Amino acid sequence: MIALFYIAGAIAVIATVAVILQTNIVHGLLYLILSLLAVAVIFYVLGAPFAAVLEAIVYAGAIMVLFLFVIMMLNLGQHTRDQERDWLSPRGWIAPSIMAAILLGQLLTVLSSIDYDLVPEQVGVMEVSALLFGPYVLAVELASILLLAGLVAAYHLAKTK
Amino acid sequence: MELEIGSALSIGLILGVVIITAALLITVERRLLGFWQERLGPNRVGWFGSLQVVADMIKIFTKEDWVPPFADKFSFVIAPGIIMTVVLLSFAVIPFAPNIGVIDSNIGVLFVLAMASLGAYSVMLGGLSSDNKYALLGSLRAAAQMVSYEVFMGISLLGVVALTGSFNMREIVESQADGWYIIPQFIGFVIFLIAGVAESHRLPFDIPEAEQEICAGYHTEYSGMKFGMFFVAEYIGLVLISSLITVLFFGGWLGPAFLPPVIWFAIKVFVFIAFFILMRAAVPRPRYDQLMSYGWLFLLPLSLVNLLVTGVIILSTQ
Repeated sequence: MIALFYIAGAIAVIATVAVILQTNIVHGLLYLILSLLAVAVIFYVLGAPFAAVLEAIVYAGAIMVLFLFVIMMLNLGQHTRDQERDWLSPRGWIAPSIMAAILLGQLLTVLSSIDYDLVPEQVGVMEVSALLFGPYVLAVELASILLLAGLVAAYHLAKTK
Repeated sequence: MELEIGSALSIGLILGVVIITAALLITVERRLLGFWQERLGPNRVGWFGSLQVVADMIKIFTKEDWVPPFADKFSFVIAPGIIMTVVLLSFAVIPFAPNIGVIDSNIGVLFVLAMASLGAYSVMLGGLSSDNKYALLGSLRAAAQMVSYEVFMGISLLGVVALTGSFNMREIVESQADGWYIIPQFIGFVIFLIAGVAESHRLPFDIPEAEQEICAGYHTEYSGMKFGMFFVAEYIGLVLISSLITVLFFGGWLGPAFLPPVIWFAIKVFVFIAFFILMRAAVPRPRYDQLMSYGWLFLLPLSLVNLLVTGVIILSTQ
């Protein structure tokens, strides 16, 4: 199982790097979907099948479809591909790379000091639901209020007079 | 039946049977449509036209497999593969009989929903990469239709899941031993049936590929076996939806003991396949905006009310 974790993790990292480097926006989006599915596999391996399936249904299956939907409407061609290529100039990489490397170093030091357990326990659908409607019910309600606000705003913006 | 759940032999057999059934359905559908529309249908090749599928396959394999020069080749080539992969993967969680199946998963129902939502990419990428206005229109329609109907499909299943107390398909079948869920969950069944037709975009909801309006929709530019994969995947999707209805609402393999369980499963699935073909012969296609408003304004509230009432009944009888 732990081999699966490392393979899925490597795919997630490579796919996410490819999202940034890809100049064709549709291909970039495909890599992002791949990365999300790899994260779903990681969740599954770590004993959270419900979170894994939700990752696939909600992120890979619904949100990314809407992204693709918008890209289809925009009709982006060679012009945006050239623009992307200009933005990805080597000079622009220097400062973010240094900062990201520092953060990665810090993260590795913190992670190496944690004593983690490699045999995860299974968290099924029942346990997640009991938590969502038990101790975290306030967070669920707040999230639904946020979604409702988004819905009302979208309705207002889309309304034609 | 010496097969074990998940053995390589049973996986191979299930895949083979599913694909061969889907291929045979091409002929069966044309014959049944002919019967219901009072014409002959294909009856020349083989016994009563039974070898028509072989002729169709030879034709489709030997056709020129053409990729348009203006298409985005990467997306164009992988699009038909995505839909084949996700529909075949969905069969992994379907319990065909007490000892036949690929995996026995606790998230079975959710897995099917996840695969159905990934199937939308095939249609969208196929249309987008073709760089053709009809294909783009078709895939825009497909995306909106599939994302919308997925919602009602998921909610309509939750009544069954709540009654069973599990997402495991095998447990869902076993809990129907004293009564199929079609009776307590009739509304859920109807919504699932409609959403299933929309999800596999078959007539009357084949608006993404409506020939009279937008050529062939998202697969306008496809030919040869790439088109064949879209075509066969649609039939596999039909078998999948029929199997899901059988498992969730009609007791799966359960039936009187004079026939083996897997035969009962096959009979029930075939009845639903025939029903879907009859729908194709009998029901006209709605307009696109009618389809969307029907879904969001009628099916969504209905499925929510169904879930709410089911919950109240379960809580009050406990």
